[in-house]
Amino acid sequence: MSGMVEKTGKATWLIHLGLIIGIGIVCFPIYLAFIASSVTQAELVRPPMPLLPGDQLVENYSRALFSGINAPVWRMLVNSMVMALGIAIGKIIISLMSAFAIVYFRFPFRALFFWLIFMTLMLPVEVRIVPTYVVVANFGMLNSYTGLILPLIASATATFLFRQFYMTVPDELTEAARVDGASPMRFFLDILLPMSRTNIAALFVILFIYGWNQYLWPLLMTTEPEMNTIVMGIKQMFPSGDDLTDWPLIMATALLAMLPPVLVVIFMQRLFIKGLVDTEK
Amino acid sequence: MSTVTLSDVRKTYGKTEIIHGVDFDINDQEFVVIVGPSGCGKSTLLRMIAGLETISAGTIQIDDRIVNDLEPMERNIAMVFQNYALYPHMSVYDNMAYSLKIAKLDKSEIRERVERTAALLQLSDYLQRKPRELSGGQRQRVAMGRAIVRKPDVFLFDEPLSNLDAKLRVQMRLEIRKLQRDLRVTSVYVTHDQVEAMTLGDRLMVLNDGYVEQFGTPIELYEKPATRFVADFIGSPSMNILRGTADSGAITLETGVRIPSDTQATNEVDMGIRPEHLVLSDSGCLGMETGMVEQLGSNTLVHGFLTGTRIPLVASLPGVHSERSIGLALNFDVPPHAQHVFDSKTGKRL
Repeated sequence: MSGMVEKTGKATWLIHLGLIIGIGIVCFPIYLAFIASSVTQAELVRPPMPLLPGDQLVENYSRALFSGINAPVWRMLVNSMVMALGIAIGKIIISLMSAFAIVYFRFPFRALFFWLIFMTLMLPVEVRIVPTYVVVANFGMLNSYTGLILPLIASATATFLFRQFYMTVPDELTEAARVDGASPMRFFLDILLPMSRTNIAALFVILFIYGWNQYLWPLLMTTEPEMNTIVMGIKQMFPSGDDLTDWPLIMATALLAMLPPVLVVIFMQRLFIKGLVDTEK
Repeated sequence: MSTVTLSDVRKTYGKTEIIHGVDFDINDQEFVVIVGPSGCGKSTLLRMIAGLETISAGTIQIDDRIVNDLEPMERNIAMVFQNYALYPHMSVYDNMAYSLKIAKLDKSEIRERVERTAALLQLSDYLQRKPRELSGGQRQRVAMGRAIVRKPDVFLFDEPLSNLDAKLRVQMRLEIRKLQRDLRVTSVYVTHDQVEAMTLGDRLMVLNDGYVEQFGTPIELYEKPATRFVADFIGSPSMNILRGTADSGAITLETGVRIPSDTQATNEVDMGIRPEHLVLSDSGCLGMETGMVEQLGSNTLVHGFLTGTRIPLVASLPGVHSERSIGLALNFDVPPHAQHVFDSKTGKRL
């Protein structure tokens, strides 16, 4: 008996050791970034590379946040936040409603519209980026939030997901609402929307991160540093000529850029998992 | 309270007609049950009255209003669905109050109506619960409550008890009947269960393949079925139906057995006789090879075949009998007054 317990104990230790090493490997680059953001440029470039935090933490972060290289980082964080929220919320609203139309209304060419939406799933942003750029430029929406958000706001994935969800809602519920005198919009707002809330939460997390991580589109269409988003802004911080790369500042910015998605995941994790695992019927 | 009148109501899907011209009047405060096998169009008919299905031809009238083109809400009907169709995210209170909120009633009026209805249905303690926290019977009550609070002109029930277990079904059946009597609301109830139909309805409509076979009181249907289908459908165990040729006061079965009869017909007929109307008699004309015996306590069902054939026969004998006391063969008299004679071609009663 005792032998078995010991054996299990050893196995657990071994497993934990393996996991700790794994976590160490995954976290090491982030740790390095953190170290790099807490020392001076001179300390960083002098070998050996420092592995313990320095004393420049507050200076580096405040320098990044309030002055930055091209634009202050807080400004880029605000831009990214507006873009990510705009895309996530906009996508959710639009796909909720377009799925509602496709599932609950009979109109001419309904199937055609559904397949058109579905087909755009196969086209990533990059494929249509040049024509999109021309359109946005002609509308004079370069360097604006509208221009950042609008071209990315339609989502076939989310529409498809909500369509699948609506199709699992029993028809009798719709009929009960009709008998109760609910208009279609009333049914949508009072019944479908609350029933989809876990799906909405799950999608919000995914879409927020999608919007936050957009790189190519903001890179193309924001020419003023004031409109840069943070993910592309990091790249813009690298000097083009022979100037010195300000690593501590860039590392501080990178860590700041990671923070909001992490917070969204942490705070919405419970709802997120619930949304992926079960639907309340 | 209200009357419902259907005249020549038809429903077609594409080219297939599934309701073939239904006419009937439902009186004020009457409880009408539409019964029929699955796929006979009974639910479709109910949904047409509700306004959930369009009407291909004919008119539906509630009181003096033709409601063909009205939304369910405007028809002032309330419907109880088979799967209850409760809003899963709303509490019992909100489920019942929803239609009243849409009708923009006063908050205090809504509260008062919901609480009174909840008390009527013994749901007062559950008003704050969600549907998933309730038992099947309670959900059923909430679904009824949702219908009752609206004070509709007509209640429509679409197989409301089919998701409940047998015991609860009997209990809810009685409750529905009592509620309907107390509230005096005209009701239409759809079911495939003939026991439910017989016990609930003031009048029954038997629907088969989109045709009304018969519309009458349960006893009328039982004692004087208008067609062979009704004879077979109503009653448990079902009526024995034997094919034969009628002539001068007797029916000759295909096996050659002659059964004395009052019928005036002289053509091929289907003669029906209920199991409890077969009279045990040693000199009886109808012979039966016995098989299974079911003892129900008050009576005994004997299943078997017409002698020399594979035509099934059922007899219901009063009292308790065992397989041994019955033996391998029985003979029955078939009293002429208990016979139901149908034209074998049209299935109509002669």
